[in-house]
Formats: sequence, C-alpha cells, structure tokens
Amino acid sequence: MSTQPRLVEVRQNVLKQNDLLARSLRHRFESAGVFVISLVSSPGAGKTALLEKTLPRFLENGCRVAALVGDLATENDAARLARSQAPVKQIITGTVCHLDADMVQRSLDGWELNDLDCLFIENVGNLVCPSSYDLGEDLRIVLMSVTEGEDKPLKYPTIFNTADVAVITKMDLAEAVEFDLPGAHNSIQSVRPGMEVLELSAKTGAGLDEYLRFLELQIESKVAVGNSSTG
Amino acid sequence: MHELSIALSIIEGASQEASNRGGAQVHAVHLKLGALSGVVKDALLFSYGLACEGTFLEGSELVIEEVPVIVYCSACEAEKTLDSIQRFCCPTCGTLTSDIVSGKQLELVAIEITEDEDLEKSIETGQFSRIGL
Repeated sequence: MSTQPRLVEVRQNVLKQNDLLARSLRHRFESAGVFVISLVSSPGAGKTALLEKTLPRFLENGCRVAALVGDLATENDAARLARSQAPVKQIITGTVCHLDADMVQRSLDGWELNDLDCLFIENVGNLVCPSSYDLGEDLRIVLMSVTEGEDKPLKYPTIFNTADVAVITKMDLAEAVEFDLPGAHNSIQSVRPGMEVLELSAKTGAGLDEYLRFLELQIESKVAVGNSSTG
Repeated sequence: MHELSIALSIIEGASQEASNRGGAQVHAVHLKLGALSGVVKDALLFSYGLACEGTFLEGSELVIEEVPVIVYCSACEAEKTLDSIQRFCCPTCGTLTSDIVSGKQLELVAIEITEDEDLEKSIETGQFSRIGL
C-alpha cells in the first residue's frame, strides 16, 4: 500500500482575495461615479508635494476630490494635504510596506462615495511591494524624481509595468543634479514601450498644467466610455 | 519586503484546499512565479519557512517554478520569451513591445498531500502507528 503524497491541482491566484476585493472596489467606485488615481514612487519622490498642488486645483475646478494617504508611521502627509480642505484620511500601515485593497476598503468607511468625483490614493513610498496589489484604481501613476537617477526604471521594471503613466518630478533640480533626461526617457521606454511620460516641478509649477490636463482627459474619457456603454 | 504577506496568503490558500479534502497533510506547495510578479524567490522561500511555523503546513516545502515574461511581437506575429525584463523588445527582431502575454503570475498551482484516506489505509497496513496521531 503506497502512502506517497499525491499531487492535487489547485490553480489559484495567490492574491485572489486582494484581486476580488479590488474588483468589488472598482465596481463600487464606478457605480458612485468616482475616478480613482493612485500614486506610487520611492520615498521622497514628491507624491505628497504633487498632491498638495493637485487637490486645490481640482477643488477650484469644481471637482469634488478626496485623498487616502498611506504611510508607515506618521500622519504628517495627511496633515499637509488637509490644508487643501479636501477630505483626507491617513492609512497607517505599521510595518506593512504597501497598501492593499482591504486597507483601502476599510478606510472608505464614513465617506459617502456619491459625494465624490475623484479620489487619490497615495501609496506607501516603495517601488517594489505596491506592484503586486491592485487597489481598484482607474489610473496608476508612477513618479520618479530627477534626484533618483535616470536608470530607476531599469532597477524597478515591475512597478513601471503596473503603472499607466510615468511622471518625472522635481524638474527644477534637473540641471543641478545633471539629470540625464533623454536617458530617463530611454529607460522608461525600455521597460514599458509606449508609456506616456510627463515632466513637472511641484515647487515651481512647471508642467503642472499639462499634468492636470492629462488627468482631466483621463477622467473625461472614462465618463464618455461609461455614458456610451450605459446609453 | 512583502513576501511575508504573500507567504501567508499561500499558506491560507493551501490550508483551505487541504481542509476541503478532510484535513489532509500537506507535504509540498507548488507555485508559479512570474518574472513580473514583483515577488523575490529567495525572500519568499525564507518567509514561507517562518510563516509555516506552528501552522498546519509546518515542515512543508515550497516548490517555486520561475516563469519568464512572454510578449507578443507584432512584427514576428508570434509570442516571444523576453531575455530581460529591463528590455521589452522582441529577442528575434528587436521590435519594441509592451504586449505582455504572461509573466505576472503568482499562482498556487498544486499541493502535494497525503489524504486522510491514505493515512487510514497505511495505519491498517501497519505502516503508521496510531500513537501520536
């Protein structure tokens, strides 16, 4: 009589729970008419600084915007963003180096999604772990700052492959740090051919209008698709 | 490092599957790991060992099959395996492509188990003693 272990096929995505939750979040956002944008980058690339500039502009344009901000330990980023008067919540992850769909879902408690047009989710500063987790967002933006070096995309190709658009930040420092801009574009196109790339400086405001226009177009095209599919 | 969370998810999935089969013993867990999964093999193996301690899967082996990225090349009209995830171009003709066919997998493929029924039989045939069971 053999007691050899037998192989039983399972074929299951390990992150099935997260993916299911992200799918249900995406459905919830869509039903409520909320366009969701997530930001990923290494720590200090300027996610919060960019949001600080973005939120007031959205509000000025009559877009009801809110933000969820992931951080390992502090509430500093949420405090910075709350000055915009937009609803902001901090997700403190403790030792967890990324946001997942469950954290996003739990942090939505108490918010009426129907009262929002757009939601930003700022992930924990990390170019590795967030790439595995779908948060139910419509658009994922990966930021890289000029101080990080132009080969960042080659070092973290996976995160660039899960993002929809890349933004090069701190362009006001490009000259000082002798940033190789064509090299950065080449690196991005090497790991993600055809990826749209925007350049800006949250500090000086250079490139900010183009960035905001880009987001606006993304939101408009989603609304247009939604209308045509329901109409 | 999120491999510990991933390891916990693997253990949860495998335990669930094993308990569906009447609490069978799990000897090994087979996983497919895509080059674009964002998960590092060695870190995952290390985390798995730690995460298994004190669970139903303690002592089980994690067998990882690493799978490369496969893209579709529109010039060759064929699927091609990438040489490197730093360079998304066809290894044959050099055409750039971001059309990923596979390579993001993080899939629990199979578990190696001894089902309870097997255990009962082995007890009957004297291969295992009931002591300690």
